[in-house]
Amino acid sequence: MMFAITPHVRRKQRHETIAKWVFFGMAASMIVPLVLIIGYLVERAWPSLSLGFLIDVPARGMKEGGVWPALVGTIYLVVLSLAVSAPVGVLAAVYLNEYARDNWFNRIINLAVINLAGVPSIVHALFGLGAFVYAARFGYSIISASLTLAIMTLPVIIASTREALASVPRTFREACWNVGATRWQTIKAVVLPNSISGILTGIILQVSRAAGETAPIMFTGAVFFKAVQKGDFFPYRLHEQCMALSMHLYTLSTQVPGVKESVPFATAVLLLGAVILVNATAIILRGYLRARKKW
Amino acid sequence: MSASSQPCITTRDLNLWYAKFQALINVSVDIKEGLITSLIGPSGCGKTTLLRCFNRVNERYGYVTTTGQIRILGKNIYDPDVSLIELRKSVGMVFQRPNPLPISVYENVVFGLRIHGEGDVLRRASLDQAVETALTEVGLWNDLKDRLDAKATTLQLEQQQKLCIARLLPLKPRVILMDEPCSALDVEGTRAIEELMFGLKGRYTILIVTHNMAQARRASDECIFMLLGERVEHRRTEDLFLAPGNPRTAEYIEGRYG
Repeated sequence: MMFAITPHVRRKQRHETIAKWVFFGMAASMIVPLVLIIGYLVERAWPSLSLGFLIDVPARGMKEGGVWPALVGTIYLVVLSLAVSAPVGVLAAVYLNEYARDNWFNRIINLAVINLAGVPSIVHALFGLGAFVYAARFGYSIISASLTLAIMTLPVIIASTREALASVPRTFREACWNVGATRWQTIKAVVLPNSISGILTGIILQVSRAAGETAPIMFTGAVFFKAVQKGDFFPYRLHEQCMALSMHLYTLSTQVPGVKESVPFATAVLLLGAVILVNATAIILRGYLRARKKW
Repeated sequence: MSASSQPCITTRDLNLWYAKFQALINVSVDIKEGLITSLIGPSGCGKTTLLRCFNRVNERYGYVTTTGQIRILGKNIYDPDVSLIELRKSVGMVFQRPNPLPISVYENVVFGLRIHGEGDVLRRASLDQAVETALTEVGLWNDLKDRLDAKATTLQLEQQQKLCIARLLPLKPRVILMDEPCSALDVEGTRAIEELMFGLKGRYTILIVTHNMAQARRASDECIFMLLGERVEHRRTEDLFLAPGNPRTAEYIEGRYG
């Protein structure tokens, strides 16, 4: 009979089915650790989870109470570090993508960016200690810690911005050049407006990274404990040290005896929740801006 | 023939390399003012490269070296006192794929004015006037006058291509370079663009690169045949197709290779 299935073909089909399910299984297994982690954390943290936990200050030698000073400290660090790394990173990426010709100097810049991205965070911490705390005499301070975080996030912002710029079709640039626009006019009129969603997404994703890192701030400006008024939004000065969520979690888990068990877990839930919230914002923003542009 | 037959673009011994690959070899041509001149030849013969030399847009792609001379309206465009900005205002380009910017029809047309203009030119009234003039000239005004705020990328391809031509006009160019402007269009669109070219002829010098020999034949006054980076033949279109002077031209237009 024509086109009848042969044993050989049947065997191939069976392999096809097996392959598909194996690949699917591996991909689907990614959900398991996430669900387990969140579930475990929330379950252990449950007794402490409340709005009060957010806005209270630590009590009884940090054994109880909330995380307000650490939360505010983390916001300080993240905002300040991105205030430095976002403009520097975006402008550097614009140079590399729009102006730089392929010569030895620009290749060195590229190499520097790639290598900077691969430096472990503890090494950034030592660099920040040497450069900002001692050499620049900022001392152990919010400034030093933020700058260290800025150095750490910079290469990733450059990379993500370049990717966003490169995704703008070349024909848009050609259209500009051919009415005699300069490069800067081209960038302003066409390149940036059409890549802003990608650029912002890249920056926002670095918010969660800056908030989560412990090592770089531990050596440069984060402190175990700082007395802060409940609900005070501006408890820190920039040349002082501050508390931070990631550092606080480390401290509670390893340095303070007799902490109520649910407190460090609640801190972890808060950190994780903040990261998921920020990432979700990035994804929604990207989707919104993407839906607006059509080409 | 509607225009004086002064040369508008002349090249002498023009050589161009992309890194080590030589794409143009000793090209010397005299392109007459106000006519439509077509550039034909098989893929890779250098016709697009030659076209892109005339507003020096090749230089944006790196690794390009050029020797020889290109004179446009009597001025050597490689002279140090030539401003690329002014050159590109005078020598506009239309591409294979229509490339309107993802902004409104209106803003596309006045884009060049906004880039260059200052003061009075940018008053709403003069911009409005420029849009009406340019869109009328390319035959889009009646279709689009109520849709000037529509996003240009939502127009039909043919309208997009006309818009790309209209975008050049407010800058009062002397030369319009067209790189296979109809290859993304259907028969109707192609006809419309060719009619538009006839309408613009005389006031502008038009150079068109085309893969379509029939198009070169019906839509151009003069024709340049190129092969492997060299200019083989440059004559009046009807002469080139009826009585080619070079056996390689004859074989190409007979379709022996391509």
